[in-house]
Amino acid sequence: MTAKLANGDNDVRLRGGRWWAQVGWKHVFALLMIVYCVFPLLYVLSASLNPTGTLTGSVNLFSAFTADHYAELMASDFPKWMLNSFIVSTSTAVGTVVMAAAAAYAFSRFRFKGRRGGLTALLIIQMFPQMLAFVAIFLLVLTLGKVFPFLGIGSNITLICVYLGGALGANTFLMYGFFNTIPMEIDEAAQIDGATHAQIFWGIVMRLVTPILAVVGLLSFVGSYGEFILARIILARPENYTLAVGLYVWGSDERNAPWALFAAGAVVAAIPIILLFMYLQKYIVSGLTAGGVKG
Amino acid sequence: MSSTSTETPRRVSHARDFTRPGFYVKLVLMMLVNAFGLYGIMASFGQEKWALLAFLAVTLVVVDFVYFSKRAIPAKYLLPGLIFLILFQVYVMANTAYVAFTNYGDGHNDAKGPAITQIMKTADRRVEGTSTFPVTVLDRNGEIAFAIVEDGEPRIGDAETPLESAGNAVVDGERVVEVPGADVLNLGQIQQRQKEVLDLRVSMTDDPNDGWLRTDNATMAFVAKSLLTYDAQADTFTNQDGKVFHADGERGLFVAEDGSTLTPGWKVVVGFENFQRMFTDSRLSGPFMSSLVWTFAFAILSVLTTFALGLILAVVFNDPRVKGRTFYRAMFILPYAFPGFLAALVWRGLLNRDFGFINQVLLGGVDVNWLGDGNLAKLSIILVNLWLGFPYMFLVTTGALQSIPGELTEAAVVDGAGPLRRFFSITLPLLLVSVAPLLISSFAFNFNNFSLIFMLTGGGPNYPGTPAPIGETDILISMVYAIAFEGGNKQYGLAAAMSITIFFVVGLVSWLGFRQTRKLEEIM
Repeated sequence: MTAKLANGDNDVRLRGGRWWAQVGWKHVFALLMIVYCVFPLLYVLSASLNPTGTLTGSVNLFSAFTADHYAELMASDFPKWMLNSFIVSTSTAVGTVVMAAAAAYAFSRFRFKGRRGGLTALLIIQMFPQMLAFVAIFLLVLTLGKVFPFLGIGSNITLICVYLGGALGANTFLMYGFFNTIPMEIDEAAQIDGATHAQIFWGIVMRLVTPILAVVGLLSFVGSYGEFILARIILARPENYTLAVGLYVWGSDERNAPWALFAAGAVVAAIPIILLFMYLQKYIVSGLTAGGVKG
Repeated sequence: MSSTSTETPRRVSHARDFTRPGFYVKLVLMMLVNAFGLYGIMASFGQEKWALLAFLAVTLVVVDFVYFSKRAIPAKYLLPGLIFLILFQVYVMANTAYVAFTNYGDGHNDAKGPAITQIMKTADRRVEGTSTFPVTVLDRNGEIAFAIVEDGEPRIGDAETPLESAGNAVVDGERVVEVPGADVLNLGQIQQRQKEVLDLRVSMTDDPNDGWLRTDNATMAFVAKSLLTYDAQADTFTNQDGKVFHADGERGLFVAEDGSTLTPGWKVVVGFENFQRMFTDSRLSGPFMSSLVWTFAFAILSVLTTFALGLILAVVFNDPRVKGRTFYRAMFILPYAFPGFLAALVWRGLLNRDFGFINQVLLGGVDVNWLGDGNLAKLSIILVNLWLGFPYMFLVTTGALQSIPGELTEAAVVDGAGPLRRFFSITLPLLLVSVAPLLISSFAFNFNNFSLIFMLTGGGPNYPGTPAPIGETDILISMVYAIAFEGGNKQYGLAAAMSITIFFVVGLVSWLGFRQTRKLEEIM
C-alpha cells in the first residue's frame, strides 16, 4: 500500500482533468465492477421477497415485498438441511484441523524412519483430488453400509468420514511449513521442565500455530459447505441432504421449481459464509496463497 | 513415556498415569475404538466382506500397538489421519484403478454365484402341486422381506438371504403377525412398493435348484422354480427349448451358439476394453473427444479470463490515490464469498431463455437460448465462471503486486521505459513467478469443476444416441458422473476408466507445472 507509484508520482492532490485521467476514471470503473459483482446477489434477494414466487415474476426487481417465502422456508426441510450442513462442515473442519495438525507435528518435530518418504507420498497423493474417485467411494460406502449400518448410503456420518479422508493430503503441507517456523527451543525448554510430548503438542505448539489452524479450519468448513458431488452420491433422502444437495433440487427444476423458496434459501445459506469471508478475508487469502505455493 | 525417556527416566506420560484424567480419556477412547473394530470384524465376517475384515483386523492391531506402546510416538500423531487417508483416498484410488479394468456395472453387478441365481430367478414359473403360504411382507432396514410359516415354524428371508427360521416372530395361526426389528407392511405401504414386492424372490435354501418364494398378491406366496436348468459340472444353462448357454469367462456372460446371452452377467476383469471403448465405441468416442477438448478449453479459458480481469483490477486499484479502496475490495470479493453452487443456480435462473432476467430485462425481451445452444452454453459457462473466479485472482495478484520491490520499477523509469514496457518487462514476469503455482492449481480445479457444469447446464444440450445422457458442455468429470449414475445402464467400469484418464491428465499437468515454476524460480 505504501509502495511508491511506478511513475514516481506520489502527489495525491491532483485536480481537474489530470485527476480524471489518473484517478477519477478508476472510481467509475469500480462502480461498474460493483454493479457486475452485486447484481446477481441483489436479484436473489429481490426474488426471495417477491410475492409471485416464480422465475417469471422475479424479473421485476424489488417491485413488491413479502416475507412469506422465508416463513415457508422455515416450515420446509430447509432448517434440517442447514443443520446437516453445519454439523457436517463443523465436524469436518474440527477433524481436519486436529488430524492435520497432529500429522504436521509428527513430521515437524520427530525424526523417524519413513519421514521423508511419507512427506513425498503426501505430496503426490495431494495432486489427485479425492472427489475424482467418486465411483469407488460410492462402491466403498455400499460395502461399509452392510457392515456398519450407520456408515452406509444416506448417512451424514459417512459423508464426514469421506471428507476427513481428504484431510491429510490437502492440509498437512500447509501446516508443516508453519510448524517449522516455531522454534524447536520452545519444545526443548518445555521438555526440560518435565512436559510430555502430548503436553507440548496440546499446550504449547497448538497455541502458537493458532493462525494456521484458523485458516485450515475455515477453508475446510467453506469447502465442505459447498461440496456437492460426494454429498449428492452419498445422501439419499431429503431429510439427510446438505444445503448444496437440497438447494440444487429446488433450484434446478425450472418449470415447477419453487424459485422464490430457492432464492430465500440461497440468501439464508449464503449469509453465514459471506460474513465469515468478510470478517476473515485476510486469513483466507494468506491460506490460499500459501497452500498453492507449497503444493 | 516421553520422547526423551533416557535422560529423565522417572517422567511418565499423563496418558499412563492413573491419577490423571488423560489416562481415562485414553482408556475410554481405546475401549470405544476396540469395540467398534471388533464389531466391524464380526459383522464383516457375517457379510463375507473379506477385504474389509482384513483391513479392520490389521488396523485394529496397529492401533492397539501404537497407542499402548511406549515407543512409536510419531505414529500416535499420524495414525488417525492416516487411517482416513488410506481408506477414503488411497484405497478408493486403487479401487478405481481396479474397477477400470472390469466390466462392473448394471448387468455385471456381482460375482458369478449370485449371477447364476439371478438368471434362474428372472425366468421362473410356479411349481405345480406345491403348497402356497400365507405371506407377511416386512421391511427390514429398508429391504423388503417375506415371512411365512412352514411346518409350524416362522421363517423369514429376503433378496439376499434365503429363508431362515425366526424363533422370535409372533405367529397367529398360519401367518406371521409381528417380527422384532422389522416392520410389517400394511396394504397401503405394499401398494407404494408394489414393484419391489412383486419382484422379490426369496430362495428356499442356498441351492437355487430348490426354488424360491414369490407372490403376486402380497397375501399368498407360492414356490417357483426356474425355466432354465443350470448344470454346474459343464457350467452351462439350458432353457426349455434345449438351447445351451455356455459360460464365457472373458465377458462374464452366459452365451449361446447364436450369440444370444442371459442377463445378468457377472463381474470379470476385461483388461483394457473400457479404455478402448472411449476411443473406438462409435456412440461414445465422438462425445468423449469433444468433451476432452472442451475440458481443456474450459480450464484454460477459465484461468486466462479470471486472471486477466483480476490482474487488471489489481493493477488499476493498486493506487493509493484512489479513495475507498477497502470498500471496493470488499465489494469485489462478494462473488467469491457467495457459495459457488448457489451462484451457478442463480445464474441458471438469470440466463433462463423464457423468464430469465438477462433476456427479459437487460436485453429487452430477446429470445437468446443461453443454456440450450451448445456454443452459447459454453460461452455462458465461461462468463459465469469469470464472475465466480476473478475475485480470487484479484486478491492474490494484489498481494503479489505489493510484494514487488519499488526499486525495480524506479530503475526502469530512470532507464526511460514507458508504462507498458515496465508492465510487460518487469511487473508481469515478477508477478508470474509468485502467481504461476496458483494458476496451475486453478487449472487443476477448473478441470474438475463438476458443480459449476452440473448446476448451470447439467452438461446439456445432450447428444442424441449416447449410452448415458452426455451433452456438449459436459467436462470429463461430469461425463464420468453421467456414465456412472445417470444412464439407464450404470457402467462403473467405464466410468472408472475415464476417472483414471483424468487422474493422469491432472497429475501430469500438476507435475509439469510445478517443474516449470521451479525453473521460473531458478531464473530469478
